[in-house]
Amino acid sequence: MNLTALTLTQLRDALRAGDTTSVAATEAAIDRITRVDNEIRSFLTLADEIALEQAAAADRRRAQGDDSPLLGVPVAIKDIICNEGIETTAGSRILEGFVPPYDAFVVKRLKQAGAVILGQTNLDEFAMGSSTENSAFFPTRNPWDLQRVPGGSSGGSAAAVAARLAYGALGTDTGGSVRQPAALCGVVGIRPTYGRVSRRGVIAYASSLDQVGVFGRTVADAAAMLQVIAGHDPLDSTSLAAPVPDYEAALTGKVVGLRLGVPREYFGDGIDGEVAAAVEDALARLVELGATVHEISLPHAPYALPAYYLIAPAEASANLARYDGVRFGPRLMGDDVTATLKKTRALFGEEVKRRIMMGTYALSAGYYEAYYGRALKVRTLIQQDFQRAFEHVDVIAAPTSPTTAFRLGERTADPLTMYLSDVLTVPVNLSAACALSIPCGFDSQGLPIGLQLIANTLQEGLILNVAHAYEQTTDWHERAPDLPDTGGGDDSTETE
Amino acid sequence: MLTREEVQKVAHLARLELSEAEIDLYRGQLSQVLDYVARLEELDVVGVAPTAHAVALTNVLRADEPRPSLPPEVALANAAHTAEQQFLIQRVLDDA
Repeated sequence: MNLTALTLTQLRDALRAGDTTSVAATEAAIDRITRVDNEIRSFLTLADEIALEQAAAADRRRAQGDDSPLLGVPVAIKDIICNEGIETTAGSRILEGFVPPYDAFVVKRLKQAGAVILGQTNLDEFAMGSSTENSAFFPTRNPWDLQRVPGGSSGGSAAAVAARLAYGALGTDTGGSVRQPAALCGVVGIRPTYGRVSRRGVIAYASSLDQVGVFGRTVADAAAMLQVIAGHDPLDSTSLAAPVPDYEAALTGKVVGLRLGVPREYFGDGIDGEVAAAVEDALARLVELGATVHEISLPHAPYALPAYYLIAPAEASANLARYDGVRFGPRLMGDDVTATLKKTRALFGEEVKRRIMMGTYALSAGYYEAYYGRALKVRTLIQQDFQRAFEHVDVIAAPTSPTTAFRLGERTADPLTMYLSDVLTVPVNLSAACALSIPCGFDSQGLPIGLQLIANTLQEGLILNVAHAYEQTTDWHERAPDLPDTGGGDDSTETE
Repeated sequence: MLTREEVQKVAHLARLELSEAEIDLYRGQLSQVLDYVARLEELDVVGVAPTAHAVALTNVLRADEPRPSLPPEVALANAAHTAEQQFLIQRVLDDA
């Protein structure tokens, strides 16, 4: 059995049937990581010994009749999510050596469900970036083309799933940081409604925008993981009490009568022709399955990115004030408290400093109303655009990223060029919507293209089902990057 | 275009230390981003209420009952300098 070629749900079935063990799957994953990840560099910390202990414990639990939803399945988590006892850095030197004293809520949920946590994946520092090039440690490479970025900020998690190093992974999406790397790496990435998943133990970037998301090779895989991590957490006061539906049961594949809205503002000049064409083909498939397509307008779309690049840095400037060397992370001593603060905070990378300063400026006396205050009002207008659209359509469809994966170093000279990578994803973070990205093809250079599906508050089941219906008509999810052990892009899942 | 002094002031507010070269670098980049976000001024926002966050939750409270929390040695475990269950810092207030 080619264990690492299995999807998460296939592995789960194999474990239930007794065809394999968690220890075998975990050993296979670790072996593959050891052989392949020195090229991709998706992991910052591989907790292999602990993972094998967790795997053995999972096999013992299964022998006693336990059938928890992720029992024995090896997954990875973005290094911005606290994992008790395992160094968690947020991709930053200012948290080097930080060992969380508690698990994030989502990590607790994964462990209760029996998952094996392979380790912490690479990211742009403090989740600020769209390419994972802002990691203080090293960049991650796109498994489909090692000279290109995996996207960001959750590039390590996306790459790990795409390269079959983990059966699923967690990321965070503040401005698109799950959906965009999912699109660039050819995997499914879902960003739930704000508040659907607890942020407790997730190192904060922008508190009104951050949300934990899930990467999977298939929609069913992503649904299985979302099922485990979603739900109310009394220790996150922004967490929603709404009951969590059965996401896997929602995957009926039926989309007859579904009204798809296509926003004209999302198909403008900056969108690559091959990306637009692949998205249009995907929509045509959905029409064949019984959906209808309607052109809609989200008139404030051009203002979403500027609003985001005021709100997010403003919130970040407040959240990152805690990095003062007192309670966690390295402390570089100066002659007095101010000098110590400045020397310690020099450990931040360039993009982080840039955003802290943007935010500080936007919140400073005399500028607050003109910048941050205005951006919050624009946020209302963007939310109203979505509400109006959802009166006429069920799901909004668009590309996830204007382009496919760009080259390492291609966008690092000019911050604004990098920020424009998020133009199609940030509107969702500013609103109460949920969204996902699903592979919908490859461009002429063999690079993945993602279709973004957006639905109203707490409609994750709806977009998962639409994505699932589309996925059943394609085989994008069966293609694998050309790395050792995949046989040149044709991924066999047959038992030996 | 931001002045060097404005960049230095913002950096100080954020307790960031910038070299001369960094002041110039960030001055250009921050100015460029501010020019870009200025397009929000095109919109008429009169009468529009601000949205601080997407979800309409307010005042999420619980009963004021003590619950177990992190033991002190665990809470202090990542700190560079501690003594007697306290985080040690340098003097913050000047002598009178």
